[in-house]
Amino acid sequence: MAMESVEAVVAHIQGLSGSQEEVAHLHSLLKQSEDALRSQAARLGAFLHQLDPSVHTLGYLFLLEAYSSDPVCREQDGDFLLSIVEFINSCSAEQIRLAPEKFISVCKSFKDKVMQLQVPIQGIVPLRTAIRKLQVSSEQLTTLHSDYLLLCLLAKCYKAGLSILDDDIFEVDQPRDLFLYCYYGGMINIGLKSYRKAWECLHNVITAPMTTLNAIAVEAYKKYILVSIILNGQVPLFPKYTSSTAQRNLKSHTQPYIDLANCYATGTFAELEGCIQTNLEKFQSDSNLGLVKQVLSSLYKRNIQRLTQTYLTLSLQDIANAAQLKTPREAEMHVLQMIQDGEIFATINQKDGMVSFHEDPEQYKTCGMIEHIDSSIHRLMALSQKLGSLDEHMSCDPAYLTRIGKERPRFDFDEFDSVPHKFL
Amino acid sequence: MEGDDEGTFAAATGYEAMYANGDAGDDPRLPPTPRSGKAAVGGGGDLMDVEAYAALYTGRTKVARLLFIAERCGNEGMQLEAFRLAHDEIKKGEDSHLYREAMAKIGDRLGPRYAIDQVWADAVDRRAEVRKEKLENELNIYKTNLIKESIRMGFNDLADFFYAHGQLGDAFKNFVRTRDYCTTSKHIIHMCLNVILVSIELSQFMHVSNYVSKAEQTPEQLDPVTHSKLRCAAGLAHLETKKYKLAARKFLETGHELGNNYTEVIAPQDVAIYGGLCALASFDRTELKNKVIDNINFRNFLELVPEVRELINDFYASRYASCLEYLENLKPNLLLDIHLHDHVETLYTEIRHKAIIQYTIPFISVDLHTMAGAFKTNVAGLEKELEALITDNQIQARIDSHNKILYARHADQRNATFQRVLQTGVEFERDVRAMLVRANLIKHECITRAARKP
Repeated sequence: MAMESVEAVVAHIQGLSGSQEEVAHLHSLLKQSEDALRSQAARLGAFLHQLDPSVHTLGYLFLLEAYSSDPVCREQDGDFLLSIVEFINSCSAEQIRLAPEKFISVCKSFKDKVMQLQVPIQGIVPLRTAIRKLQVSSEQLTTLHSDYLLLCLLAKCYKAGLSILDDDIFEVDQPRDLFLYCYYGGMINIGLKSYRKAWECLHNVITAPMTTLNAIAVEAYKKYILVSIILNGQVPLFPKYTSSTAQRNLKSHTQPYIDLANCYATGTFAELEGCIQTNLEKFQSDSNLGLVKQVLSSLYKRNIQRLTQTYLTLSLQDIANAAQLKTPREAEMHVLQMIQDGEIFATINQKDGMVSFHEDPEQYKTCGMIEHIDSSIHRLMALSQKLGSLDEHMSCDPAYLTRIGKERPRFDFDEFDSVPHKFL
Repeated sequence: MEGDDEGTFAAATGYEAMYANGDAGDDPRLPPTPRSGKAAVGGGGDLMDVEAYAALYTGRTKVARLLFIAERCGNEGMQLEAFRLAHDEIKKGEDSHLYREAMAKIGDRLGPRYAIDQVWADAVDRRAEVRKEKLENELNIYKTNLIKESIRMGFNDLADFFYAHGQLGDAFKNFVRTRDYCTTSKHIIHMCLNVILVSIELSQFMHVSNYVSKAEQTPEQLDPVTHSKLRCAAGLAHLETKKYKLAARKFLETGHELGNNYTEVIAPQDVAIYGGLCALASFDRTELKNKVIDNINFRNFLELVPEVRELINDFYASRYASCLEYLENLKPNLLLDIHLHDHVETLYTEIRHKAIIQYTIPFISVDLHTMAGAFKTNVAGLEKELEALITDNQIQARIDSHNKILYARHADQRNATFQRVLQTGVEFERDVRAMLVRANLIKHECITRAARKP
């Protein structure tokens, strides 16, 4: 009986995977036989071979999901990973979108297996394909995004993560996905040393609407403080759209970092070092020590940058004194590094031991710059239009109008009523 | 002022003894020669003639100033002189409490003739008790009679009594109470002036400002003397609250009719000094020229303190070395002034900064050695000062530390505009994208919440 039902299911799959309606019919059938499939998980492996993933995607998916949800099968099957990868590569996108939760759960077990075997790098390409197939549009965030970024982080393939991060995300199904996605995104950008983007990602995490504090936001805030210091030298205040939960509670959980920020503001190197020493274990346990060290070196940079505003030429000895470095040699190394990174414009005259600071040579006259400005303008106009349409859409929304209608001031009879009565 | 003495009386750098800037003959603040009986500070430096200084004032402020000088000056001779004068002045009055305080400070340094006179103090106290009772009884009688004028006089007398006995809080209260019984503008002005006097003693300058405006609001035209008094009081209030520009304006508007009519608070020399210094520290060149140098009225005051006149003229004519020298010479005396002492440093720094900024304005490049000479400092110190001013964006320039030259720098407007534009674009994009995501999140939460509703 049990075997029959599985066979029957397989037969259905093979038969009904032709057109849209058939697939829909198949879908309902499959949903009914879910429990049966699960109970027979161990045997499903054999049946999978009878199906073609590209054609019988939906059925394959159901079987695969039931199969992979069974831990025993996962352990024993050496080809588990391979079969999933094959499936992901060859499956058809429309059929997957009929049962997205199943697909996501298959990918999750894939990710778990990959992490368990400690070969995260193997999971990167398949998951990316999976994301692209699952997404309706490139602006949509799926649960897989955060898993993908996690694998990239573990495998230290930051550039791979960038390709997904570069997509602008506007549609979010599950708020929870966003937190992890932005948090990992921030970490990837930190790894690539693009602090501005990291700041944006982390900023999104802490300003996202939340009713209760979650651990991701706390961790993100710690990194946010450090990145803010590296970028701007100070931590900005919470913007007014931050949720009140975040505003009230985040600071109390991140005291050592706030102390660090205050220490940084006073500008002396010795104090900052002292502050770091006192909180060393906490930084280490949060695995933020690397970032903290970068904060330290950014203090030098900031001091040197301030000098560029006041001096045209300055001796290396004076730079060392002003930036609290120990020897002119160290000052030279720092200045050299900053010139290479493009953070300042200067030339070092080794004979005199002098550094000459220059103005930013950018004259904004090149074709490249014009193109940059032009494309920015277009991009911003598109964005602005999007915003406008969202606003229009919202103003026509019945729920909104009802709410507005209830709260509007009462006018006289002959005054123009801004809300049509049917919404009241 | 960098490098020079900071608050002690003794001048460390050698001044030419007894500088005679302008006509110092009629200025009682600066002694032409050291008087016998006062020890001159070794090596020069100026001495304030305490007796002449004290002669400028009357009433409680005289005592307060003398005691302040005695406390602050480092010179034994001056201190004793000040104490002696204070003692004599207190004895003329009726404040036994102040007497006891002062005697405690003096100890027995003034010799047997100035030992504490308990008898006198007790007699004063007894007299005070009697008088107080009498006044209070009279006041009660007047109150029952309900004659406004007598009640007002009663309160005034009581307040005067308290004032004479050093109970300033009670004096203040009683003066304020006369307000309800004032019938003419004259009464109001009288009341305001009294309150102002007590408030200045109590250092409550909020009240001073309030009552000055009250007095000025009376419909009747004020006579010039009162007007000047009010201006001075207002200026003093602003000075104490560190609003130097407003203080300068008030002092500059004081009419010369003030003369010696307000010696219980301020002397005309003080008006000149306070007004001149505040103006220098806070006015720009046009205002300085119009309101100070060309101000005929204020000239009368400046005649009394020629140093201030000279230093203002020097500043305007860019003779900075001379100007700063005058300032340095004035400094020890100013530190002994009860109203100005804690503002001296700030004002001096301001004036110095203004001088430096003004020096650099006309030039494209300035040799730091020449400039250091003009400001009587060394190149390293000057560089530090310039760095602070440049960081503060008061000077648009860059320092060439190698050749020790200051180059003027004019920001390139075009580049700056491009930079700002691109920056705005980046920020706009970032904010809008974040906003769209957030809007989306909120929408989903709303939808889930709505869906859960039955």
